[in-house]
Amino acid sequence: MATKDQEKYLELEKIIEEHKGLPGALMPAMQKTQELFGCVPLKAQQMLADGLNATLSEVYGIATFYSQFNLEPKGEYVISVCLGTACYVKGAQDILDRICEEIETMPGKTSADGRFTVEATRCIGACGLAPVMTINEEVHGRIMPDDVPSILAKYKK
Amino acid sequence: MEIYRSHVLVCGGTGCTSSGSSKIIETMEQMLVEKELEREIKVIRTGCFGLCEAGPIVIVYPEGTFYSHVKVEDVGEIVEEHLLKGRIVRRLVYKGALTDESAQVPLKDIPFYQHQHRIALRNCGVIDPENIDEAIATDAYQALAKCVTEMTPEEVIEVISQSGLRGRGGGGFSTGIKWKFAASSKSDKKYVICNADEGDPGAFMDRSILEGDPHTVLEAMAICGYCIGSDEGYVYVRAEYPIAVERLEKAISQARAYGLLGDNILGTDFSFNIHVRLGAGAFVCGEETALMASIEGHRGEPKPRPPFPAVRGLFDKPTNINNVETYANIPPIILNGVDWFRSLGTEKSSGTKVFALGGKINNTGLVEVEMGTPLRTVIYDIGGGIPKGKQLKAVQTGGPSGGCIPVDLLDVPIEYDSLIELGSMMGSGGMIVMDEDNCMVDIARFFLDFTVEESCGKCTPCRIGTRRMLEILDRIVEGKGKEDDIEKLERLARVIKETSLCGLGQTAPNPVLSTLHYFRDEYEAHIYDRTCPAHHCRSLTKLQITDDCRGCTACARVCPVDAISGEVRQKHVIDMDKCTKCYSCIEKCRFDAIIKV
Repeated sequence: MATKDQEKYLELEKIIEEHKGLPGALMPAMQKTQELFGCVPLKAQQMLADGLNATLSEVYGIATFYSQFNLEPKGEYVISVCLGTACYVKGAQDILDRICEEIETMPGKTSADGRFTVEATRCIGACGLAPVMTINEEVHGRIMPDDVPSILAKYKK
Repeated sequence: MEIYRSHVLVCGGTGCTSSGSSKIIETMEQMLVEKELEREIKVIRTGCFGLCEAGPIVIVYPEGTFYSHVKVEDVGEIVEEHLLKGRIVRRLVYKGALTDESAQVPLKDIPFYQHQHRIALRNCGVIDPENIDEAIATDAYQALAKCVTEMTPEEVIEVISQSGLRGRGGGGFSTGIKWKFAASSKSDKKYVICNADEGDPGAFMDRSILEGDPHTVLEAMAICGYCIGSDEGYVYVRAEYPIAVERLEKAISQARAYGLLGDNILGTDFSFNIHVRLGAGAFVCGEETALMASIEGHRGEPKPRPPFPAVRGLFDKPTNINNVETYANIPPIILNGVDWFRSLGTEKSSGTKVFALGGKINNTGLVEVEMGTPLRTVIYDIGGGIPKGKQLKAVQTGGPSGGCIPVDLLDVPIEYDSLIELGSMMGSGGMIVMDEDNCMVDIARFFLDFTVEESCGKCTPCRIGTRRMLEILDRIVEGKGKEDDIEKLERLARVIKETSLCGLGQTAPNPVLSTLHYFRDEYEAHIYDRTCPAHHCRSLTKLQITDDCRGCTACARVCPVDAISGEVRQKHVIDMDKCTKCYSCIEKCRFDAIIKV
């Protein structure tokens, strides 16, 4: 029986095969990799480089240039606080600060127990709900700093 | 085609989807089946209605009843009362849409829509964007048909040039001239790109067009391909726009199935295919050369121009690149003619512009107005003014590349050149309203923080210069500003503007320069008096309890650091040495007795 990890790498080989020879294939292949692993691990970067005729430094360069790619897996819940201008002028920074305080972490980092990753994100386009944040797929709008503990409590269980 | 007695339009834009419109659609469809009304009434998920503040929005036709802030729990009442018994649910009707005599106000006469003129957004909130037949019923692909069967590429380009259409992505360059350049380049292969990498924080015009009317963009790209001699196009769209991506992909496959994209379109020799490429979260990719590098699969770093994309662009082939909104204007111009388009807007800026109105404004949403409309009309007549009776302070346009327009210049007409004269710019269309509580130094710092993070790092002035500016702004808002900081900011700004490689760096200092120009006194207050006039910057703000205090002790109980003390029914005091300025006490006080000084 192949382990879950091995299965994923087999899947990655398929992804690489599908993208061979396509113009500008590296980015779409890396986006699929990110979806598959939740990040682009070093071993996957090496496989992408070998399979798509690139160097490891090129792949690493792309992985670190775009904010969508990350090298380490994220927490179970990803909290994205919108720091677009519309949310910012309505106090989104206070929301972000409060969340970091509540789960004892920093923007861009994952909490010690690996459950929450906090991110400051750019406009998600729900300006009518400002200030707004998403926890995985769920959207929480028009929040005040004091709403934060009760919102987080739902996910802490 | 099935005939329905009533159509229920539910907004499926990102704003309304975020507040639960998908669930509303699901619930309503289920209830209609239960009541056996599914053959009489059709529920349609449309694109953005624009009035995001009032979302989720539901409109019932043929009456045109405009329901706002609809919740899933309200669906039953709408189905039972309105759809079954024909009685309007008054309590859910948008407040501007019903007169005192309970007659309904037509949508176009609601103040929010009354002053708008929708060209790029003409189909948003009108059709089901996932159904090509509805698009075709509103004239989609008719302009393409006219071009490929009745007009030469030169004639089409001439129409676009004469119309005076300028790039809606912010640059304002003549679209016709751009197409002419790309057409005149000789090559065996050319590309058409649609720039949908809408990165300005607080802007969502392009997303709404893609979500609400994807076919218009595909049609315009094909027209462009016909004009410049290209058979392949790319839409580069932000990965953060999942709904837009999904609808684009659906639209492409539908158009292909109808023979409106692909080989030998409408039986002619003209062939055109479109691919979708996703961005990966880099603001600089909105710059055209960086965007092309990204499609090629590289880091999105800009290149020096010339050579311009029209000569050497994507995969080193001649390329035409326009923004989503620019493309959305093309089909109506072809169908309605140059004179019609020129009759809208001003001499030098014809047509309309879409703005994403946000921040401290009552009607947050998407608006499209004729060029030349005064800012005041947008803020007060359409936007409904400032919430909570606060004073308007400034309007920010152009995002991180633009500037702030102060309240006393509100009567300036909105067009490309007038905004540049004011030290701001049209930009892609973000329009953020700020009130008396917003600190202009902090806003400048916010934008610089954005640029520092998004600078690609290729050229030194942008990579290091913006960081130096941010460090200065950081210390100013922390109350540690130095005597010559303003002069240093101005000197750095000039160097960065003059020497940066691409538009990102060249415009990055604009938010600082424009706030320095109009709100210099706020900078000076921070640096010399160590105060923040808007009481926004925490390091420079103190709290005080006024005589309105009744001694209810609510504030003392909520304070996490026990900084508030006082006897019951006596005025309380705050120990500022202990206070962490979490402002929980202000939120808690029922007598507004705690103020920032």
